[in-house]
Amino acid sequence: MTYLAKPKFHHPDLPKNALGFTHRDYEGTVSTLCAGCGHDSITASIIQACFELSIEPHRVAKISGIGCSSKTPTYFLGNSHGFNSVHGRMPSVLTGANLANRDLIYLGVSGDGDSASIGLGQFAHCLRRGVNMVYIVENNGVYGLTKGQFSATADRGSKSKRGFVNTDNSIDLAAMALQLGASFVARSFSGDKHQLVPIIKAAIAHRGAAFIDIISPCVAFNNHPGSTKSFDFVREHNEAVNRLDFISSRMPIEIDYQPGTVEIVTQHDGSRLALRKIGADYDPTDRTAAMGFLQQQAAKGQIVTGLLYVHPDSEDLHAHLRTAEAPLNSLGEKDLCPGSAVLDKINAGLR
Amino acid sequence: MKTTDISAPEYFHKVVDCQWACPAHTPVPEYIRLISAGRYSDAYMINWKSNVFPGILGRTCDRPCEPACRRVRVEDEPVAICRLKRVAADYKDDITARLPQPAKIKNGKKIALVGGGPASLTVARDLAPLGYQCTVFDGDPKAGGMIRTQIPKFRLPDSVIDEECGYILGLGVEFRGGTRIDSMKALLAQDYDAIFVGSGAPRGRDLDIPGRKEAAANIHIGIDWLSSVSFGHINKISRRVVVLGGGNTAMDCCRSARRLGGEQVDVVVRSGFEEMKASPWEKEDAQHEGIPIHNYLVPTEFTHANGKLTGITFEKVKAEKDEKGRRKLVPSGEPDQHFECDDVLVAVGQENAFPWIENDCGIEFDQWHMPKVDPVTFRSTHPKVFFGGDAAFGPKNIIWAVAHGHEAAVSIDKMLNGEDIADRPQPAVEVMSQKMGIHEWSYDNEIALDQRYKVPLRDKVIALKDIKAEVELGFDQKLGFKEAGRCLNCDVQTVFTSSLCIECDACVDICPMDCITFTPNGEEMDLRRRLTAPSINLTQDLYVQDGLKTGRVMVKDEDVCLHCGLCAERCPTGAWDMQKFFIDMTHAGTKCRPPRRSAA
Repeated sequence: MTYLAKPKFHHPDLPKNALGFTHRDYEGTVSTLCAGCGHDSITASIIQACFELSIEPHRVAKISGIGCSSKTPTYFLGNSHGFNSVHGRMPSVLTGANLANRDLIYLGVSGDGDSASIGLGQFAHCLRRGVNMVYIVENNGVYGLTKGQFSATADRGSKSKRGFVNTDNSIDLAAMALQLGASFVARSFSGDKHQLVPIIKAAIAHRGAAFIDIISPCVAFNNHPGSTKSFDFVREHNEAVNRLDFISSRMPIEIDYQPGTVEIVTQHDGSRLALRKIGADYDPTDRTAAMGFLQQQAAKGQIVTGLLYVHPDSEDLHAHLRTAEAPLNSLGEKDLCPGSAVLDKINAGLR
Repeated sequence: MKTTDISAPEYFHKVVDCQWACPAHTPVPEYIRLISAGRYSDAYMINWKSNVFPGILGRTCDRPCEPACRRVRVEDEPVAICRLKRVAADYKDDITARLPQPAKIKNGKKIALVGGGPASLTVARDLAPLGYQCTVFDGDPKAGGMIRTQIPKFRLPDSVIDEECGYILGLGVEFRGGTRIDSMKALLAQDYDAIFVGSGAPRGRDLDIPGRKEAAANIHIGIDWLSSVSFGHINKISRRVVVLGGGNTAMDCCRSARRLGGEQVDVVVRSGFEEMKASPWEKEDAQHEGIPIHNYLVPTEFTHANGKLTGITFEKVKAEKDEKGRRKLVPSGEPDQHFECDDVLVAVGQENAFPWIENDCGIEFDQWHMPKVDPVTFRSTHPKVFFGGDAAFGPKNIIWAVAHGHEAAVSIDKMLNGEDIADRPQPAVEVMSQKMGIHEWSYDNEIALDQRYKVPLRDKVIALKDIKAEVELGFDQKLGFKEAGRCLNCDVQTVFTSSLCIECDACVDICPMDCITFTPNGEEMDLRRRLTAPSINLTQDLYVQDGLKTGRVMVKDEDVCLHCGLCAERCPTGAWDMQKFFIDMTHAGTKCRPPRRSAA
């Protein structure tokens, strides 16, 4: 960490987005995490994604639980709404907020402890319901705030900083998300912003539950030989299934890709995902194949990254529940108290 | 690109823009930090060693450092480097005990210095403590040269000149005032081992247009007039005065005239206001004193009646570009303009003049009647005769004269020790980590957002009444501290060690100026296109380091780096470190000579 605030000066020729903001305008206060923490790179990627999408900061709600990862919303989007909730309970708070105001962009920020241990149930049900959100897990495989014990996502056989070998099986949150019906599932690496930023942009544009598992090395407790979440290990075993270019609905599509190497997926809002294939002939719209591929590669010790699965015509919780189309805070007295005739009708329907 | 060799002294020196731009390479950030610490005497001595005249330059320097200041590229206004130098001079203690002592044992070598201005005095300052017997000759009674004769007292009081010239003469330098050298041949015939010519550019250019002869009584050459004012021979001027010319001498003339009875003083320049040679702040000072500057007017005639000047006629011109793209002044076709006035000061340029150097004494001159001088060694075609200051390459500024003086002194010292003077000494370079603790540095790395502070001025009414009343009051200690805090400490360098880097991107993410990029290597122009922030300032280097695990390179664009040290604070492995780069130019003395092998 640093005690200094980041100087207000910025590069004189920084690009500006459609709102006239530079990426510096999407920052929060300076990070208090350990120097070199992968989480800070994820913070920078979220800043870059929101800048590039020209998102108005007041349209975003950042919700988090407890842990190093859950501190990070302080460090980005300093002019957005935020809620730092109870350990593992981010999904519930986010679901409630989303039901009350469906017009905001929801960023749920959590960690492997917050989502895979204490909040595993919350994680599961939130995805299962298809809440419209971006659910980010900053996954470092250890409990950093309590000095580096294995977390539930630490791989069996990996070594702690002090040399202990993990004997428990690990939870693969991306695989779980696929099984639970998340309509957008990706995995990335904090050390690869070229991959991560377009994934975050695509997830923000996605309708429904978008889950991103981001491997984020803990420099203090999990970046040693024997760790499977270290910079070196992830770089050596990273198997990207595709490279994503995010093309918003406002941009003309300019494709100079080789035919047959790119798959275009159009999302409900008109945004397009240009997926350049790498290596295996991977189909990101085939959920069951994705689940199988993930298992096979995990068995080989490979870390599969990229956009693993996307359901282009996904629905969200509001569609399932047929809720009011406007945020609750915009409903007037007439909408909320439609009169006794309406009440009678409802009562009659229940008899 | 190749990995940057930071062991080459120029690399980090160029990053310290102010020091690189200063002809004498004064360690600017170092003395500004000392001012912040209240160590005025230490700050003064750093200046004194490097530029010899801190109190004088702190008031009059042309400040090549300031336009170069990184702060200009980061916000807008540079650090007031020049006026901070004055703070060091104003608030220092008695520093006489810190000065070199006159040499106890003379080395038997005699040096003649022609002209008592900044170039000669610098040579004397460098050589006298080494045991050389230095004799300075000047036509004026007191030392200082143009510093004393041409700069008005309201900009530079005599006391400051006396003090700083006194430090040099106190080193055992002999000053022969009122002794004009009339013959180089006669001087060469004496037993001097070397002669240094620092006689300046003493001739003001005249303006030969109709009416010049007839109205001569009221037409004065600017630098001669200033000199007469300086020595008290002239103490008044008529009510209406026109100053011709757009340089700093013209600004000194008009402001002096304003104080000697000139109520309506106008400056008229041939070219545009923007193209004037005067420093922007000197133009501002003149305008502040109610002196209008008229541009695009070419004088065509001095009008006169009964042998007395009545005014000047000007042709109106405009700037046009010819077919080769060169800027030219052409008549605008508008009617001529006439300025009525009683006196004219002509400040349209200065020339070198060497009537006292005989053609056959071994010193060759070029087609512009300038001596042929080696730009590195400052030696003329005569092996014993050296030139420096305005006498060498025409009118420049004091700080250039000082820089020339240092180099000429090195040449003389090497020559009289039997060495090749073309073999120039390297500067001494020191690079040292500033890390004190986990987030502690031995310099103030918090970036001050303050805008440039203005130097307080004496009340205009009072200032205009007394030609000797100094207009600028200088920063007080409080303002000096605040202004010093604006310095970005560009000499505290970001030093990168690839073998320690784990490529976590922490530095990239924290850098407020987006200076740092990790990317595959390429040619410079290709790399510049791929950096995190636009990289369009090609005068600033890219710091490239290879040897990273992923095979990429670290590229840092030095252009707008704030030297805030956040990259080093956020680096988990110490791959980034903040290291102070101190470069000490080698002056005359044993350091400028290579060590000799012992006889054994």
